[in-house]
Amino acid sequence: MKTDLKRQIDLYSSMKLIREFEERCLEMAISGEIIGGIHPYIGQEAVAAGVCANLTDRDLITSTHRGHGHVLAKGAEPRRLLAELLGTVEGFNKGRGGSMHAADMRLGILGANGIVGAGGAIAAGAAWAAKSRGSSEVVVSFFGDGAMSQGVLLEAFNLAAIWSLPMLFVCENNMYATSLRLDSGLAGSAARRAEGFGMVARSVDGMDVEAVADATAELVARCRDGAGPAFLECRTYRFFGHHSVLEQLGVEFRDRAEVAAWRERDPILALGEKLGKDVVAGIDATIREKIDEAVEFAKNAETPDVEDALMYLYAGPAAVRPGVIL
Amino acid sequence: MSGLPDPADFGYLHALNRAMHAEMAADETVFLLGEDVGVGASGVTAGLLTRFGPERVLDTPLSEQSFTSFGTGAAMSGRRPVIEFQISSLIYLVFEQIVNQAHKFSLMTGGQVRVPVTYLISGTGSRYGWAGQHSDNPYSLLAHAGVKTVVPGRPEDAYGLLRAAIQDPDPVAVFAPSALLESTAVPDPGSEEIVPLGTANVVREGSDLTVVAVGQCVGTALEVADRLSDRADLEIVDPRTVYPFDWDCLRKSVGKTGRLVVIDDSNRMCGLGAEVLATAAEEFDLVAPPRRVSRPDGTVIPYSLALDRALVPGAEQLTKAVEAVLAADD
Repeated sequence: MKTDLKRQIDLYSSMKLIREFEERCLEMAISGEIIGGIHPYIGQEAVAAGVCANLTDRDLITSTHRGHGHVLAKGAEPRRLLAELLGTVEGFNKGRGGSMHAADMRLGILGANGIVGAGGAIAAGAAWAAKSRGSSEVVVSFFGDGAMSQGVLLEAFNLAAIWSLPMLFVCENNMYATSLRLDSGLAGSAARRAEGFGMVARSVDGMDVEAVADATAELVARCRDGAGPAFLECRTYRFFGHHSVLEQLGVEFRDRAEVAAWRERDPILALGEKLGKDVVAGIDATIREKIDEAVEFAKNAETPDVEDALMYLYAGPAAVRPGVIL
Repeated sequence: MSGLPDPADFGYLHALNRAMHAEMAADETVFLLGEDVGVGASGVTAGLLTRFGPERVLDTPLSEQSFTSFGTGAAMSGRRPVIEFQISSLIYLVFEQIVNQAHKFSLMTGGQVRVPVTYLISGTGSRYGWAGQHSDNPYSLLAHAGVKTVVPGRPEDAYGLLRAAIQDPDPVAVFAPSALLESTAVPDPGSEEIVPLGTANVVREGSDLTVVAVGQCVGTALEVADRLSDRADLEIVDPRTVYPFDWDCLRKSVGKTGRLVVIDDSNRMCGLGAEVLATAAEEFDLVAPPRRVSRPDGTVIPYSLALDRALVPGAEQLTKAVEAVLAADD
């Protein structure tokens, strides 16, 4: 059992790494260095950090379009993640995935997914495979409140429940599906829906990383004990818009006072206050250095050869005809 | 139905059933999931639950989208799922899960993962009286998207291609024509050969004209070839794999005959027939304009038997097309 201080330092470091990484990415997306933009995770760091603190390298996750936080919290190297966002061969996906698909699969990340709600059923299949080989691995599927309106995710709840799969569904409820407010998009409540499938469901303050970590610890332990799937709702908020391009366009759909109120509840500042300025300053400096190094690494990495544009399309042999016959 | 089919009824369906038994016996990572697979409602999965148990034969709820992606997740975790869809139109429901998820993972992850899933569509095309939502042949759609797609036309190919599909490291769709499934007109010879994906078969050798035929159209083409044998010597090429297509085999055949007709029981617009003719026009030396026999553009199969039959390409239309191509350079 980690001491409280050690745990707090780890959680703080995990969140701060995501924040620093994402702030740098947002700058690079707005400047155009990262093409296609990003879905910034800033504000939601306590969820990824608190959940993944309870997972081992052998546990699996499925991530989302807003996935950098999950991937980093699961232990992925920032420099290789950034190298992916810059479309280079040093990226986890060798420049073939980009922001929405970047994942180091050796760390049990079954992909970040560009389709809302798509990861849940994939996670269920992986959880079934883990269970049937008698392992104690747990699969965590991250998704947002918007995904609660996707039929395939609700189907996955059902499969997980009827087959008693070792998985944790984590709903990052940031109150907006792109621009649609939760109260206009979701009937009932997310956690109650999960309970309707017979799952144990908890709803926690997603701005309190220790609360997220505690709830996850309880639910993951249940999964490992063979008690079937569980559901965790984390009430959180993204400090920036849905996507970097909306920042560039200046599209605002949230009340500024609401945004300001949530920023007051910044999970990193909150835990930082508990740790004290000196401790925080040391961690922050180390992380800044790490991200500086990641930027340097990624900017110097090579881009893929255009001859290889369709490399990896198939795992097995298949002759692909050229699009243009010269 | 339970247990294996009656030996007197050993045909195409039996060949698929044999292939399932053989692959599940040979490789413990193979498992089956789908609707009513335990009782073997389609016959294709008969006897598997009894032999391999509920750990490897999963009866799913009616949740095509989630159980298709469930297969993807299991495949990424080292298993080889076979997912049965008893109705071809269910593929429309899971287009996202097949095309946008399973198929794209290899490239999107830079080759970090493979997704060896088989989608076994045990009932594609018209089966007379099943009407609008149960009679389509959507194989060209998956081929267009780049999903490996096979349409076995004979029992030995059904056996050999299903086994090859399960052994393949990528997602593969196997379309078994309804018109062949329950037919015992062509008996299952009991062959245990694996048929490699992407290899066509010259079903009948000839010198005057090449007919490309898939699925139950192979039988139609053979019938027409026999009927016209005193007037023309037809060569019949069964691609077997719709994608990736064996162009080398077809190039060789058309190089010999110089004439080409395609019979394709899918919709005309952007269908398999269209692709074969386009490639022939670009790359082959033809002595006469080629023809294709297909369903009309955007066909929805009506219920009434006469209307259903009128829209599915058969011997009469193929004969006319062959005669037209032969007449063009006389």
